[in-house]
Amino acid sequence: MENILEVKDLHISFDTFGGEVKAVRGVSFDLKKGETLAIVGESGSGKSVTTRALARLIPSPPGRIKEGEILFDGKDLAKLKENDMQKIRGKDISTIFQDPMTSLNPTMKIGNQIMEGLIKHQKMSKSQAKKRAVELLELVGLPNPTERIDQYPHQFSGGQRQRVVIAIALACNPKILIADEPTTALDVTIQAQILELMKDIQKKTDSSIIFITHDLGVVANVADRVAVMYAGKIVEIGTVDEIFYNPKHPYTWGLLGSMPTLDNTGDDLIAIPGSPPDMLKPPKGDAFAPRNEYALEIDKEMEPPMFKVSDTHYAATWLLHEYAPDVQPPAPVLRRMKGFSNTGADSNSKEGEQR
Amino acid sequence: MARYILQRLGYMLITMFLIATFSFFLMKLLPGSPLKAEEKLSEAQLEILYEKYDLNDPVPIQYINYLGNLVQGDLGVSFQLNNQPVTDILANRIPVSAHLGIQAMILGTIIGMILGLVAAIKNNSWIDYTANVVSVIGISIPSFIFAGLLQYYVGVQLGILPIAFWDSFKHTIMPTISLAIFPLAIAARFLRTEMIEVLGSDYIVTARAKGVSNSGIMFKHGLRNALIPLVTVMGPMAVSLMTGTLVIEQIFSIPGIGEQFVTSVTTDDFPIIMGTTLFYAFFFILIILIIDILYGIIDPRIRLAGGKD
Repeated sequence: MENILEVKDLHISFDTFGGEVKAVRGVSFDLKKGETLAIVGESGSGKSVTTRALARLIPSPPGRIKEGEILFDGKDLAKLKENDMQKIRGKDISTIFQDPMTSLNPTMKIGNQIMEGLIKHQKMSKSQAKKRAVELLELVGLPNPTERIDQYPHQFSGGQRQRVVIAIALACNPKILIADEPTTALDVTIQAQILELMKDIQKKTDSSIIFITHDLGVVANVADRVAVMYAGKIVEIGTVDEIFYNPKHPYTWGLLGSMPTLDNTGDDLIAIPGSPPDMLKPPKGDAFAPRNEYALEIDKEMEPPMFKVSDTHYAATWLLHEYAPDVQPPAPVLRRMKGFSNTGADSNSKEGEQR
Repeated sequence: MARYILQRLGYMLITMFLIATFSFFLMKLLPGSPLKAEEKLSEAQLEILYEKYDLNDPVPIQYINYLGNLVQGDLGVSFQLNNQPVTDILANRIPVSAHLGIQAMILGTIIGMILGLVAAIKNNSWIDYTANVVSVIGISIPSFIFAGLLQYYVGVQLGILPIAFWDSFKHTIMPTISLAIFPLAIAARFLRTEMIEVLGSDYIVTARAKGVSNSGIMFKHGLRNALIPLVTVMGPMAVSLMTGTLVIEQIFSIPGIGEQFVTSVTTDDFPIIMGTTLFYAFFFILIILIIDILYGIIDPRIRLAGGKD
């Protein structure tokens, strides 16, 4: 399938009083047409920064794209002028944000908030845009769209607001939809609805989705491929099956081990010890080594390159080197990997447990 | 909405009644008498005057009489100013003060808002720092200093503007500028702070993600959300500017209400004190009502009862 977006060796830094915070340190991936790529990782791993950079939504200063390319539609978005970028934002690349309670303008009717993009990008008249806005609200499953279009955000519940946010993002049929933890701020039953809605819409519009989350239950439910990020880098990337059934990176093991499952195996949840490194001074060698019980001597000296596991599966860990000792994931993770065979079906209820 | 405004007008009447009552009795507690200043009067003459102005009646009777007249729109006559009716004095002096106040308010608010907006957009640039210094100066230095400086440099040295009195538009320029500096500083300060906060909020990122232009972000999404705190502080300030500012009126010899009010307090001119106080109160409550209605227009979340919820 054709690549719609290619990110090559992206570096993003923030200039702070304390110095340069290297939030993203060489991220490369591509996104195919119609697929859903999940980016997972704990807070501060750089997943939000990476995706915000794709739409150039990082405030600058203090943030800046230090190097790397974001190739979309024959253009390098990393170097595009702000004015040209405004023509792409909302039209080709849309974003759904995390907290629907704060991501809508409280003093603007939701209809106008949806119509804004249509009028700007599709050159629609006000009445055309209003008609389209009603259609969009229908598409995202909001009852009585003709009345509700003239209401303000505070007259909507959290789940309804997220539907409105999704309608805004979908307004111009974007080629890429970036969903930055779109269900994290919602309660569990609403989460499931929103996920269903997004899957549904993707089927109808054939857009590509980048789905950021730290919730592996959600990943199993929505993603085709998964990228695991740690300390500003992608440490493992593969199809959803490869990541869940054959994870190679110890950090991925840790994430899987810390995810509760319904088929209770009697294992305790495994917590990954320690906390992520300070990105003001990224450590030498593998950034995950200090928290990794399987770390090798070389991890302290040299960063591991991406090792190829299969055509679609890569992981950055020295454990994949031919000279490395044969290390198996910890037993609870292994048992869990077996249990994932029925994850896809009931992952929504798992999310519930996780909260 | 209409019901809400009617209800508020009802409360206004009650408030006015309470204010009239309190200020009447407080005023009666003032030491001295409106007639003592005229020392050449004999006991008998004083007695005649007391009788004429009903000052010999017990205070509760005076109070009831006053309220009775008040309801009919009669504020009494001044003890000092040749028995002029208080309503005439107010009618002569209030327009002058209001003219000056409105002019200063408009000038200060507009320039202050522009300054605050630019400072917020160019956050941490030299423009921002300049705006900051201007606001601090405007807030901390009293208006009469500016008045004096303007009079000396613009009025005396350059001689391009009249130093005092209230005749033509030219006469209003210097007092207006002196008065405008405080609201200017406050508007700049509040709008900058609020705008920076608003521009950092999630819905601004949403708007940017939609491809909205920078000016759209500022004016369509930013400004409206930043206006509430500004309206809150500017309302009462408008009242105090429009109801006469004693010092500025004195410095520029402007025949406004502020100057008259202070004179009447020092001479125990009861009817004028009462009349002016009631006018202030009425005006203040009116502005508060307007602010509350404005809130609803600016921010739908505080739209008042009777909205189409």
